[in-house]
Amino acid sequence: MPPDTSIVYTPRSEASQSIRVIRPASLSLTDLAGHVQSLTRHAGLIYTLSEHRIRVRYKQSMLGVTWAIVQPVALMAMYTMIFSFVAHIQTNGIPYPIFVFTGLVPWTYFSTALTAGTSALVSHSNLITKVYFPREILPLTYVIVGLFDFLIASSLLAGLILISRVPVNANILYVLPVIAIMTMFVIAMVLILSATQVRFRDVGLGMPLLLQIWMFATPIVYPLSAVAKLPRPLGWLYRVNPMVGMIENFRRTVLQGMAPDFAILCVSMVVTIVLLPVAYLYFKRVESTAADVI
Amino acid sequence: MIDLRFDRVSKRYLIPHEAENHGSSHPWMRKLRSLWRTPREFWAVREVSFEVKRGEALGIIGHNGAGKSTILKLLASITAPSAGEITINGRAAALIEVGSGFHPELTGRENVYLSGSILGMPRNEIGQKIESIIDFAEIREFIDIPVKRYSSGMYVRLGFAIAAHLEPEILLLDEVLAVGDMAFQRKCLDRVRALRQAGRTIVFISHDLNAVEALCDRVLLMQRGEVIADGPPGEVIGQYKALATKGTTSPFSGIGAVREWRDLDVRGDRVVRLRRVRVCGEDGATMSAVDIRHPVGIEITYDVLEGGHVLVPTVHFFNEARLHVFGVLDLEPEWQGRPKSAGRYVSTAWIPGNFLAEGCMIVDTDVATLAPFEAHAYEKDVVTVRVFDPMSVDSARGEYTGPFPGVVRPLVRWNTYVSCDGSRT
Repeated sequence: MPPDTSIVYTPRSEASQSIRVIRPASLSLTDLAGHVQSLTRHAGLIYTLSEHRIRVRYKQSMLGVTWAIVQPVALMAMYTMIFSFVAHIQTNGIPYPIFVFTGLVPWTYFSTALTAGTSALVSHSNLITKVYFPREILPLTYVIVGLFDFLIASSLLAGLILISRVPVNANILYVLPVIAIMTMFVIAMVLILSATQVRFRDVGLGMPLLLQIWMFATPIVYPLSAVAKLPRPLGWLYRVNPMVGMIENFRRTVLQGMAPDFAILCVSMVVTIVLLPVAYLYFKRVESTAADVI
Repeated sequence: MIDLRFDRVSKRYLIPHEAENHGSSHPWMRKLRSLWRTPREFWAVREVSFEVKRGEALGIIGHNGAGKSTILKLLASITAPSAGEITINGRAAALIEVGSGFHPELTGRENVYLSGSILGMPRNEIGQKIESIIDFAEIREFIDIPVKRYSSGMYVRLGFAIAAHLEPEILLLDEVLAVGDMAFQRKCLDRVRALRQAGRTIVFISHDLNAVEALCDRVLLMQRGEVIADGPPGEVIGQYKALATKGTTSPFSGIGAVREWRDLDVRGDRVVRLRRVRVCGEDGATMSAVDIRHPVGIEITYDVLEGGHVLVPTVHFFNEARLHVFGVLDLEPEWQGRPKSAGRYVSTAWIPGNFLAEGCMIVDTDVATLAPFEAHAYEKDVVTVRVFDPMSVDSARGEYTGPFPGVVRPLVRWNTYVSCDGSRT
């Protein structure tokens, strides 16, 4: 074998120091900053992994990126059929296809990110037992891929809005904080569910059912005004659902040119702000022994 | 300067109770019960403390399940300790499997980025090194096709090329050198040596004692989660061999150096009954571990029940790969063509020193009639012989300490003469 001279390792300087201490897992809020810091050091990995996920997904498919819009468009057609012609849902004068599509685009983002992100740890068990990197990167990349698809579907939505001459005003800018809150909420959910699935695979099995129920408990195929007359405990429960504030406000700002309904948006925000750090700590706690039980 | 420090580190694994079948309760009830019952504990690592200095190469050896791999996983942050504190000073990279994080659908080039990022290489660094990685792996023409179409050799080469381009300050190696062919293994070792020369700290876990000895400055010997020896490689490896010869690591576990049969458990036919087979040294003492330089005897004790047959004791040797290495028949003139009368006999086959290869051999024995052939007492997997080389230069190895393949290792006579004196030409 010819001698190999292609790599020359540079000697390590005596003085270089970057001390890291590993201790048994704990559950304290003070660790949170450290976790976030270590996550930012891995920004390159987040980028590479997300990029590859997108590539892999479309590598052997013919429609390629158009798959990102096939699902919401097909659902739009189906729900239009059911709720416009069969059930005659009132949508305050907005054409039903556009009405439902505006709900389906953010919902599809939420549900696909949640479904894929929930199995993120379990489906990478061979990696988790062999290499260390902050494990939250795995579910996070699925959220990023979902966001990517969401942007593609949103451009179609923008086209639809232009064609059907729905008036648009400055209130549409409120859509950005709505999406930001939704993304944080998805991250929180995905952290909790993917960590839980390491031990209990039931989580993955229950996802389709959970999402089905959740979808109908959110004003997507019907306007929020349609559930005003829900009986007491049910109505109260409905309003705790953080997705209500996000989907409804997405639609209000994009389609109706109105300022967001801050009351329900507050619910979404409070739930998200409380849930995210808790979810992250829980995830980190599970992570410390995930390689042992996965 | 200390790069790695283990301070009374312990790692506990919880083994959940299987949903045991108690009576006729419903399976759901059993599952629920198994949830709240406290799981069984298993301490893979117990109060282990050690330090590794900058630039030191530490080997960790021990039987399977001794806790070696757990130590590496703790160092690599793959799993967290249950107690104690680990201090790491520097960028550590663990090489636990070659090709970690490859995705079959992606091309070789894309996988270099993916796997490189997962192993902790910054993106711009991968960009700088990718050409060198492709050359090192010798797969330039295949770099843009999906790795699912790679041969396993190409896959491993690419995986290792990435790993070789990591420049960790601390390298954690687990048995990765055991994959691939000899040339590849040598390439791996060369890279590790180059890192060592550059003053990087190395922790190396392996069953390959030769590699550990060649590479490490210091070796830890682990047993049941505890460090039982810590010192220079030669010394600790010697202790490990002494431990191994107690027979606990035999791949033919349960088969030792002696086998005896009682009256209730007879082996053989109406002509011959086996009584005992054992492995012995020149002094006649039973031994399971044999110095490669010394002769070893396989002694067969048998009763002849029916006199008048010409009986030939036979011994067959098989290696760990179940290869039939050789068989020997007793053809000593004393008993050639001479029928044995009823009675007890003891026959010993002497295998010369410097003939068997290192490793474990398993022995089949027989007492047979040759013409017409009849096996009277063929017995499989009777005893094992473990051959070790003490690495003193008078074995067939000479001063060579690396891997030495081959099913036998005879020390043969060589002859060299000067056929043409260079000074005259």
